[in-house]
Amino acid sequence: MVKFSDWFDSSLNASIHAVYSFAFIDEGAKREIRRKTLKAVAIPGYQVPFGSRDMPVARGWGTGGLQLTLSLIGTDDILKVIDQGSDESVNAVNIRQFVERVTSVQTTEDTTRATVIQTRHRIPEEHLKDGQILVFQVPIPEPLRDVEPSERETRRMHAEADYSRMWLFLYEDIVRYREISIGARYPVMVNGRYIMDPSPIPRWDVPRLHQADTLYLFGAGREKRIYAIPPHTRVEPLEFEDHRFRVEDFSGRRCTRCGRDDTYLDELIDDASGTRVYTCSDTSYCAKTEREKAV
Amino acid sequence: MAYVAVKGGREAIENAARAFRFEQVKGESSPLAVEQIREQLSLAVDRVMGEGALYAPDFAALAIKQTSGDLLEASFMLRAFCTTQPRLGYSLPQSAAEMRVIRRISAAFKEIPGGQILGPTGDYLLRLLNFDLATEDDAGHRQVRERLLAEIPSAEPLPESFPKIVEMLHREGLLMREDNSRKQQDIFDVTREALSFPASRSAALQSMARAETGGLLALAYSNMRGFGMVHPTVGELRVGYMPVRVMNPYTESPELVGEVKVTEAEIISECREGSGEKPRFTLGYGLCFGHNETKAISMAVLDRSTLAAEPSTPSEDQEFVLLHTDGIEAVGFCNHFKLPHYVTFQSALDRLRKSQEEKE
Repeated sequence: MVKFSDWFDSSLNASIHAVYSFAFIDEGAKREIRRKTLKAVAIPGYQVPFGSRDMPVARGWGTGGLQLTLSLIGTDDILKVIDQGSDESVNAVNIRQFVERVTSVQTTEDTTRATVIQTRHRIPEEHLKDGQILVFQVPIPEPLRDVEPSERETRRMHAEADYSRMWLFLYEDIVRYREISIGARYPVMVNGRYIMDPSPIPRWDVPRLHQADTLYLFGAGREKRIYAIPPHTRVEPLEFEDHRFRVEDFSGRRCTRCGRDDTYLDELIDDASGTRVYTCSDTSYCAKTEREKAV
Repeated sequence: MAYVAVKGGREAIENAARAFRFEQVKGESSPLAVEQIREQLSLAVDRVMGEGALYAPDFAALAIKQTSGDLLEASFMLRAFCTTQPRLGYSLPQSAAEMRVIRRISAAFKEIPGGQILGPTGDYLLRLLNFDLATEDDAGHRQVRERLLAEIPSAEPLPESFPKIVEMLHREGLLMREDNSRKQQDIFDVTREALSFPASRSAALQSMARAETGGLLALAYSNMRGFGMVHPTVGELRVGYMPVRVMNPYTESPELVGEVKVTEAEIISECREGSGEKPRFTLGYGLCFGHNETKAISMAVLDRSTLAAEPSTPSEDQEFVLLHTDGIEAVGFCNHFKLPHYVTFQSALDRLRKSQEEKE
């Protein structure tokens, strides 16, 4: 037990390892989170409730992903953290620094080197291999929330695979806008059983969930849910035979930095000219492409 | 191209932390002592302990100092601290009849056994700024204390405990009985399990005991004001110290390990008829750490309002009440919208443009 007086000096610096256990969360809690993760892997797309712990990072800022990362990470892991595709986004930096401080693990920006990647809103562009784990931060784990506010009711709907209201929602959208209005957070059917929220990744990333080599884990800290897509699982975006799912249209555009035309792009307004320009959302891949071109 | 930072996130947040710290020290006044906060801002400390769900006055005072008085943030720090500590065990259930009372009132009866004890309350103070406090110094502070101590009329010491008003009503068969048959091991632990609905009463009471005062107040007020049916009579409101006992694993006898200050509210609401039974009053129960009467009463009202079989207002819907009154969750989610969302916004833009094209 730490004496009260010790707390006045320990401002999360050198003494952090003496004060907090490896990976911050106490061992009993880590074990519980791992167990719930195994359950999630065993039932692809099913939201497993778990005793979400309070993190020193605010609820809604990646605490679900963070608990998964901290419960899984070991000393030999190499961690990458991204937000909106960028390693340098302030929240990604904050989370990476925190995990570094409480584990001393190696970190990287290179997608191919990382063993654990925690992400908010993107899947890295580069191919993810067997043995890598992608941990998603999830704000709203319930894909049916927009059609049904009550948790009690959505749990029932999942249990009975009663998804008619979701299909109706999509159909009405098409009638109204001639287009499905959902941008990111596009609902998917996992293993032909559960409709799942893939977290607010763009539709661009959704096809990457299907039959992947990698384990995808989803953590919602505030809503206290863990779910998973194990490798080589069928993941299909909801679509109609006569109205197919489509990803964001970047045709005719390319990254002004690296020149790629096959990545998800951020749209920027140029200060000087006021014109729209585009750059890769995946900044480390963009930089890698630039480096390779320079060679 | 200077419009987007490709590098520099780390430096930016480090500088932001420095700027935040500077705001605390830029004035010439001497630093606040943690003990000053604990002693002189005790209601803030109580609130932080309640919402942070950790009875630790020193840590709460420190958190208030560290967060520049943002009580939601301070509560959040206590909760995060809990995560690092192992769960050693559970204390034994305790009846509030054992409370060492410093204040207890009943609005239901003019006279109550044991008497109405107003205790330390600002209820009847006029809300006029006291400009003497603006210039109070150490000597003045001490003088006030000594004068107050000297002026205290010699009264008989309060008894160790007081009878519960609600128990009297129970004896007379005026109140619905709660089902108390569940054993201690059936008690839900909201810190270890996610809530599911309908939530058990122990889960609901725990959630509200940790909930944010303002959140509970808003929903309880909506009910009392008209979007609901609870017209509460404060059966008994108590403030005082509850003994904390744990089972000694060797001797298997209960041991007193300390006491915690709590506020307890029992509100009586309209009658209900059980099937084939006489009509009886119903009870709402509220209890929270520290001295926080607004919270305890609001909690009691919501405990009662969520008993509604067919919820017709938000405050009658247990799921609505429990999922939207946790201050730490709400504040985190509200503020997360400050995080960049340009990837999702790009995705939405794509949809909108396409939809606009289709309309043309």
